[in-house]
Amino acid sequence: MEFFRIKRDIPFMRHALVFNAISLLTFVAAVFFLVTRGLHLSNEFTGGAVLEVKYAQAADLAKVRDAVATFNLGDVQVQNYGTSRDVMIRLPVPERLSLGELADQVFGKLCAAEHGRVIEQSLVSDKGEQISRLACAVGEGEAQTEPLVRSRSEAVSASVGDELVHDGLKALAFVIVGVVIYLSIRFEWKFAVAAIIANLHDIIIILGFFAFFQWEFSLSVLAAVLAVLGYSVNESVVVFDRIREAFRKYRKMSTREVIDHAITSTMSRTIITHGSTEMMVLSMLLFGGPTLHYFAVALTIGILFGIYSSVFVAAAIAMWLGVKREDLVKAGRDDGEAPGGGAKGRQVQDPNAGAVV
Amino acid sequence: MNRFPLWKYLLLAVALVGGLIYTLPNFYGEAPAVQVSSAKATLKVGPDTAARVQQALTAANIQADYVQLEGQSVRARLGTTDTQIKAKDAIAHALNPDAADAGYIVALNLVSRSPQWLTRLHALPMYLGLDLRGGVHFLMQVDMQAALTKKAESLTNDVRSLLREKSVRHAGISREGQAVLVAFRDAATRDAAREVLTAGEGNEVLWADAATANGDLQLRGTLRPEAARKVQDAAVKQNITTLHNRVNELGTSEPVIQQQGQDRVVVQLPGVQDTARAKDIIGRTATLELRMVDDSAEAQAAAGGGPVPFGSERFVERGGGPLIVKRQVILTGDNLKDAQPGFDEQQQPAIHLTVDGRGERIMRDVSRENIGKRMAILLFEKGKGEVVTAPVIRGELGARFQISGRMTTAEAQDQALLLRAGSLAAPMEIIEEGTIGPSLGADNIKMGFYSVMWGFLAIAAFMCLYYQVFGLISALALAFNLLLLVAALSLAQVTLTLPGMAAIALALGMAIDANVLINERIREELRAGSAPQTAIHAGYERAWATILDSNVTTLIAGAALLAFGSGPIRGFAVVHCLGILTSMFSAVFFSRGLVNLWYGRRKKLQTIAIGQIWRPDNHKA
Repeated sequence: MEFFRIKRDIPFMRHALVFNAISLLTFVAAVFFLVTRGLHLSNEFTGGAVLEVKYAQAADLAKVRDAVATFNLGDVQVQNYGTSRDVMIRLPVPERLSLGELADQVFGKLCAAEHGRVIEQSLVSDKGEQISRLACAVGEGEAQTEPLVRSRSEAVSASVGDELVHDGLKALAFVIVGVVIYLSIRFEWKFAVAAIIANLHDIIIILGFFAFFQWEFSLSVLAAVLAVLGYSVNESVVVFDRIREAFRKYRKMSTREVIDHAITSTMSRTIITHGSTEMMVLSMLLFGGPTLHYFAVALTIGILFGIYSSVFVAAAIAMWLGVKREDLVKAGRDDGEAPGGGAKGRQVQDPNAGAVV
Repeated sequence: MNRFPLWKYLLLAVALVGGLIYTLPNFYGEAPAVQVSSAKATLKVGPDTAARVQQALTAANIQADYVQLEGQSVRARLGTTDTQIKAKDAIAHALNPDAADAGYIVALNLVSRSPQWLTRLHALPMYLGLDLRGGVHFLMQVDMQAALTKKAESLTNDVRSLLREKSVRHAGISREGQAVLVAFRDAATRDAAREVLTAGEGNEVLWADAATANGDLQLRGTLRPEAARKVQDAAVKQNITTLHNRVNELGTSEPVIQQQGQDRVVVQLPGVQDTARAKDIIGRTATLELRMVDDSAEAQAAAGGGPVPFGSERFVERGGGPLIVKRQVILTGDNLKDAQPGFDEQQQPAIHLTVDGRGERIMRDVSRENIGKRMAILLFEKGKGEVVTAPVIRGELGARFQISGRMTTAEAQDQALLLRAGSLAAPMEIIEEGTIGPSLGADNIKMGFYSVMWGFLAIAAFMCLYYQVFGLISALALAFNLLLLVAALSLAQVTLTLPGMAAIALALGMAIDANVLINERIREELRAGSAPQTAIHAGYERAWATILDSNVTTLIAGAALLAFGSGPIRGFAVVHCLGILTSMFSAVFFSRGLVNLWYGRRKKLQTIAIGQIWRPDNHKA
């Protein structure tokens, strides 16, 4: 099986302007949505409380909203989470209540709405671990049922959220500086700049998607975004590696041809690698449940745009920045790598290639 | 050229066996167990407790897999949940004869079912985070300003007594924020005072000249940065110790109480779902009281079993004997600033106590009147008091005094800890809290597991189809990568969370890149007309530089997440970074080993199974 049967180098760079125009448009759109709509930050960033409950039957969201509304908290979100029986309630924490108390009180209210009462229950799991928890019970003794179960609650104060935003930005800065330095050493500053511009634009586009659809931006999405940054830089690196090699190998090619050749010859690898990674991400999207949902979504967008930007955008920017053969080939020799050559060259030098010594 | 020296194969074999051993404990699951821990700060769980538990089990005819001391608790692993409950009753009955005054907490628990020989190799199952096992977590902020203010307050008192001792006349000492201000009428006194203060105070305080608003001379003392840092560190440490003592009472299997950053403490209580009760226990304070021992004739009789005289109470001493103590409280733990283990003038182990200004005055008066009598230090927990120590007063006591005699160094350390356990060094505030239900945790494990499994199978199937033998080798390398990653996580006992499981999946998804690069290179070399052996060699050699570059950039991102991330991000980052490292090893070194093993020996290799090599007709090479 061989998917990619490309006869000659595809002249990608002839269309560089078009590709970059597309990129620019998406980028501008992403920035526009980021500015106008903003990110829908999770409570980890904004502070506030989240309560997740699981109902025995499909939940009546209107009833839940009514029950929560009695607290007069203002901006409360009640929504299904995963299945129709799971409900997630997001609440701001008012000054008068301490963190956590609110979740307990709301749970009590929801329980009362189901005509139940909150009891402290101590039980032993079927594996033999002792668990104590707050349960909502209806009825007595044998007939006792649980209309809803508290599956998760989380309360974060606003100060922690601010810090997370700062730490996130610091991490981003660290990655940018680190990658630029590494690529400048390994290749050349023009490549480093091109790679980082191309990949930052991916990140903005991911954020743009999150802003446009108002998907919840949580800490794990932030982790995904930064992982994508590392991942798509690595994509650019593979192309740059090929450019360097082609510069050495084909002395008569122009820069444009060299870039076209590099992209064409890495095409197969690019698609297969990303396809494989995407298979894993899709598996997370399908089986990972609601917690990993947006994590996987961010990765999917990142991978798709990562291919596009590192192949078409990064190389084009490097070209416009004026990469020359001299920039790379000299640096390459200093690295102590085999100069020139390639399979053909080596065969000429070594007629016994293939023989085992 | 495609042969590995023997040592490389040996290295691979060692990695494989090591990976298997350390991954193994994860497959055994968990077994029911009974955990015994101390309910009182004055009671320690030791090897003798383990022996008593064993005895109780033997007496009740219950066969335990093992009974052993692990850290601060004794655990007995049992076969089934039925015997677990029986064992719990038997142990509770044997250890706590008086149910109303239980000295030990006997709780049901879970431990790993892996065999003992694995445990002895430190091969333990991965440590699951709260989102995978359910539980309560808190993030608490220690109020450092309060700790520093408290320190400044005590410094003020120290300075006052020091200047009085050296008869330096000052015009008033006060505390302003975290600085100590000493006013003087003339420069000569100020110089004298400075000499006294810098000599006596060690190097804790930095003294600077200043002037009051109405022109008086002044010395302004601030804590040196390193001393301030020491105060803060000590405050966090003491709070953690205090929290440990309190949390033990919940009987949870593995409570995690850790410092996070400079001034935060994370508390994780697996298996607990009830935040209110957990908070109640975390917020509970043990109180310390200093009282006089009643040595009247009636009290002597009462100790022997008679009625306790009016105005006194009977307490149990640490050794177990009764002690009759007066009801009147001389001092409480609030006045005790510090208790440190150390040595006295005769180089005997001692506890050095420091009390505040008010405490100093009272101690001086009380001790002067009661020389030769005994003073009792009582620790009250959950409304019950116990005598920590009851020393004889030898002379007049000041702000600093010591308790010595009849104790070992270890005892001195224990007792100092107990005396400090009464209070938090600085107030704490909960800034984040959460609960995760046990069923949600189990669901999360399942989801994480299925994501990894199906993703892995899809990739492996595709690789085998597309690259045939080389695809199979790539898939094996990927499996080896997973093995190494799980082994590394188990060995390092890194907390595995759901984002961590996502990172495992992602690490595998990214790791295949290296093999794709290699395989594509080999195909390319073949397309260009190289002989198979050369193609393999060149493919691996050429791809290596690219793989290294791309992994370094990914690692930079991983390092950033590790350095600046907390909570779920950190869980992700640790696995992400480890995954990159293991993938370089497995994708390049391990897969090369397999290729060499398979193809390396064949001298006249004509074809290799790496899928169809398509050659364009007009290809020049």
